[in-house]
Amino acid sequence: MKKKGSMLSKVYMALVFIFMYAPIVLLIIFSFNNSKSRAVWHGFTLKWYRSLIHNDTIIHALEVTLAVSILAAVIATILGTLAALGIFAMKRRPRQLMMGANNIPMMNPDIIFGVSLMLMFIFMAHSMHLQAFRLGFLTLLLAHITFNTPYVILSVMPRLRQMDQKQYEAARDLGASNIQAFRYVVLPQIKSGIITGLILSFTMSIDDVVVSYFTSGPTTETLGVIIFGMTRKRISPEINALCTIMFVVVLLLLLLINLRELRDNGEEFEQ
Amino acid sequence: MKTNKAAAYPYLLWLILFTAIPMLIVFYYAFTNEAGQFTLVNFKDMAEYSVVFFNSFRLAVISTVVCLIIGYPMAYAMSRLGKKGRTAAMILIMVPMWMNFLLRTYAWLTILENNGLLNAFLSAVHLPELHIINTPVAVGIGMIYNYLPFMILPVYNSLERMDHSLIEAARDMGCNSRQVFTKVIFPLSIPGTVSGIIMVFIPAVSTFVISKILGGGASILIGDLIEMQFLGGTYDANMGAAISLVMMVIIALFTLITNRIDRDSEEGSVLLS
Repeated sequence: MKKKGSMLSKVYMALVFIFMYAPIVLLIIFSFNNSKSRAVWHGFTLKWYRSLIHNDTIIHALEVTLAVSILAAVIATILGTLAALGIFAMKRRPRQLMMGANNIPMMNPDIIFGVSLMLMFIFMAHSMHLQAFRLGFLTLLLAHITFNTPYVILSVMPRLRQMDQKQYEAARDLGASNIQAFRYVVLPQIKSGIITGLILSFTMSIDDVVVSYFTSGPTTETLGVIIFGMTRKRISPEINALCTIMFVVVLLLLLLINLRELRDNGEEFEQ
Repeated sequence: MKTNKAAAYPYLLWLILFTAIPMLIVFYYAFTNEAGQFTLVNFKDMAEYSVVFFNSFRLAVISTVVCLIIGYPMAYAMSRLGKKGRTAAMILIMVPMWMNFLLRTYAWLTILENNGLLNAFLSAVHLPELHIINTPVAVGIGMIYNYLPFMILPVYNSLERMDHSLIEAARDMGCNSRQVFTKVIFPLSIPGTVSGIIMVFIPAVSTFVISKILGGGASILIGDLIEMQFLGGTYDANMGAAISLVMMVIIALFTLITNRIDRDSEEGSVLLS
């Protein structure tokens, strides 16, 4: 019975994977099409990739995206790691409360998250005359840090729980200062959680469209916002070229994470 | 271990500044008019959009149900694989999710548009062309495509974590395959199924990107309505905030009711044992 069932389920899985990958594969193929047509093949070309590189709007948006993603990921990782350490030290009740509050930015739909931050920034800039909060790079960065930090906490927390608490105490008993004990005992054990949080934050920032759409200014639009604008007007195969590049980058990042995790697991086996 | 709980205070402050206060501002805008006076007129005026609310809700529910119908068997099949197969399947599910969702949606535009790939294929095999783009069907396809992994992953997690000796026990006790599924496997996978339903429904009911790209403005959803009040032609932050508030209430109610199913099923299983 199991044999027959497994044959059927393999066919089913293949169908679902085809459904999931066919659009992406088609998109990539047609980024090399020597015509504006997105349905008929007119021969191989790289011209959309070339014109993409000379498109100033896209290059500027790419710079904004990379800058905000890197900064937001780093700041969120520091903020989130500290928060995880603090929450871990709390008693049961406040800990549950903090973890519950941590869920709010994650469960809130993107649009509400973006709109609520935009309203606050506009209020601060116009009613309180705080020019720094006019929609622009700073507001974009603050929004990105806000939606990244919960994920950092969620990736660091399990590592803290897995850690052997006595090791830290032993280090202190043997004369290590609080900072030394953290640096040499705690940090190496939660490092993989911190790095996962960092990479997760970075990819989420790169991927974001909706929150950036509401919180960026006219000169600080991210790649996602620019592409969204383009998809609503006439669509150029340059977008296909851009997708292909982004897909390859994401794939490489994912590969990097998985290799790292495999290596980490390997180390655990060796121990 | 004595870490200092003060380390969490910067984040607590951050949560208050950038999550709690923005929410309070949404409340404030929803219950005031342009001059800042208290009013309920925003909610009264919303009645003219009731069709949009209904369409949005219906489309989100249909997409969630279809995701469940496609996703549950997928998750089940994945959980039956060997260890290597499971890891490979997980990675295959994750990869498209890590690609910009705008681009994934855009990919469907190139397939579904009138002179797109689907119609090129249909005319090549001498079948009548389909006009799907700019209809709710196209928006639904976009939702199902984008959010299917959100259904598969939690269901898969609950199936994979399941204690397999329970299945053997049920079989030893004389259950046939169907009984094993309905009496053991399905009840145990309800928590994952419930989070899958919530994780698909929330983005589906609040999207405006998918409807903009695949609906072409012909089928407006709640998300579009909110977006229009803030960045569209009709700037009305008070109305936008009020619609946002109603959307939050819809989502909160949906989550509450769905979680209730989970709890009821747990109580049910306690009763059974």
